[in-house]
Amino acid sequence: MDTFVQLTLTGLTNGMILALAALGFVLIYKASDVINFAQGEFLMIGAYMLYAAIVQIGLPWSLGVVVTLLVAVLLGVLVERLVLRPLIGEPIISVIMATIGLSSLLQAIVRMIWGSQPKAFPAFIPSTPVTLLGATIGADRLWAIAVAVVMMLLFAFFFQRSREGIAMRAVADDQQAAMSMGISVKKVFAWAWSIAAMTAAIAGALVANIIGVGPHLSHFGLRVFPVVILGGLDSIPGAIIGGIIIGLLEAYVGGYIGGGLNQVVSFIVLVVILMVRPYGLFGQEIIERV
Amino acid sequence: MISGTFHTSYRSDMALRRTWLERLRLGLFIAFVLLFPFLAGKKPYPIFLMNQIGIATIGAIGLNILVGYTGQISLGQGAFMAVGAYTAGILSARFGVPWWLTIPIAALATAAVGALFGIPSLRLKGLYLAIATLAAQEIIIWVVTHWEAVTGGVDALVVPPPMVGNLRVNTDFRFYWIVWLLVGLTALLTANLFRTRYGRAFIAIRDQDIAAEVMGVNVFAYKLLAFAVSSFFVGTAGALIAHYRGIVTWERFTIDVSVLYLAMIIIGGLGSISGSLFGAAFMTLLPAFLTNVGRSLQGVFPMMEEFIPYLQQASFGLVIILFLILEPEGLKKIWEDIKNYFALWPFSY
Repeated sequence: MDTFVQLTLTGLTNGMILALAALGFVLIYKASDVINFAQGEFLMIGAYMLYAAIVQIGLPWSLGVVVTLLVAVLLGVLVERLVLRPLIGEPIISVIMATIGLSSLLQAIVRMIWGSQPKAFPAFIPSTPVTLLGATIGADRLWAIAVAVVMMLLFAFFFQRSREGIAMRAVADDQQAAMSMGISVKKVFAWAWSIAAMTAAIAGALVANIIGVGPHLSHFGLRVFPVVILGGLDSIPGAIIGGIIIGLLEAYVGGYIGGGLNQVVSFIVLVVILMVRPYGLFGQEIIERV
Repeated sequence: MISGTFHTSYRSDMALRRTWLERLRLGLFIAFVLLFPFLAGKKPYPIFLMNQIGIATIGAIGLNILVGYTGQISLGQGAFMAVGAYTAGILSARFGVPWWLTIPIAALATAAVGALFGIPSLRLKGLYLAIATLAAQEIIIWVVTHWEAVTGGVDALVVPPPMVGNLRVNTDFRFYWIVWLLVGLTALLTANLFRTRYGRAFIAIRDQDIAAEVMGVNVFAYKLLAFAVSSFFVGTAGALIAHYRGIVTWERFTIDVSVLYLAMIIIGGLGSISGSLFGAAFMTLLPAFLTNVGRSLQGVFPMMEEFIPYLQQASFGLVIILFLILEPEGLKKIWEDIKNYFALWPFSY
């Protein structure tokens, strides 16, 4: 029972972080039909920016978070403007490759500046163990869940209430109709990319707090795929629920079956989902059948 | 003054190379390949690079059959190469199968695995298929690293050098001939493939799968066939890597390799054999060039040595993005532009 609670808590935190990483991913896909293979690098850059701001410059951590978010916004807007906009209307493989190239470029820049050795992160969230329902878990992991939940509530509010959020939903629904209603599609794309970069930065900071800052953070970019496919590529609640399911699944498989199967189980699920229900649990059913 | 190319017999109309200029260029290229090791003075490094290019060309042609000609995006190239490399490596290291037999067996085994992981393509296309092949990549590499009884897990598999008669093929110079013979065969087979109904069906599926289906192309069967044929050549390249390097490790076949090969065919030119060669050469020579430049700058910037890998990675990403934005059709298009410019030179306008 204790193991079960332990695994559930671990899975939940991992799942929440995966969900955060996936959130940005889904947002970009929803708004602009682009799969962002550089999402993992966005996450990594967020973590490194916070590291640079707090450790290397010595800002208080609240200010550090603000700086990180600003850089993330800048990064998102730049990427959209310089890389993705020239490729509008190009075949899907070009867009995929462009974001892959981008991930390689960003990865290299980060390594040039900070080297490829992982660094210890200043624990701005304490990792004191907390006992919960008989299981012990680091407080940082509980914080990760809390931050993730707050982020998701903010997201929900943004999409339901704010002007920009509603504009973004309109663009995701039908670009031409949105344009004719006076919404600037370009501006919405820029919004989508910068919000995605921002959520990735927050996810990056949360993960870095648990496992340290390093180039290995970019692996989250690949781990996001099972999450978004399971939840549905264009569904925000799907990303959250998909993240939690995948996080729990990996934790249970790692705890009960072992043998390293947890590293690959999500990809097996991914293939099964693709074969059975390609639009995922909550995605819009517009897959073209051949 | 040439006003056009006119063929007066079916024979000349159907030929692979239809004009004397095309034949001359091909002849020059073959002569270059044959003379290169001697021009390079049998020095190992240039020949090593040429061998790398040769192996990459075979892999790139294989991937191009799938992505460029049939329009099925695959991120599983690295894993398929691993299947070829491990099959060839295990057969020759553990069972003493002669190397020339391991290559076709490895190619066939890879074709079978490729077709298996091509099954999702029956329901998916575009982006979703790319993600499915990404999963294939992760699953296959996981199997390779965890199926220790067969692959040796994460340990390196040592492969004995190939023997031709009593000659041990253990130098770059000797291996060169094996590699480029297979490059020639692969190019010839692929060029002819797209003159048959199978190749035409592949192209039809790429251009409009529904139209192809309506015209009687069995899309299911041909997609699987495309995966199999593509993986056949990819497996050949993998087997060559096993025999050339003498060592097989899973690290050589990660997702990065899949990305590298996709970059090759995009930079070279999708749906083109010469493009595959251009791309393979470009993506092999670029890091080598950067290493050399870095080393020569070592005296001025002592930090250079450790920067080289990052520089390679950055230029890799940058080159992909720049090509996609500035010349999406790749080096093949640039080469064609040059040819067209000189076709009517000096009276072109």
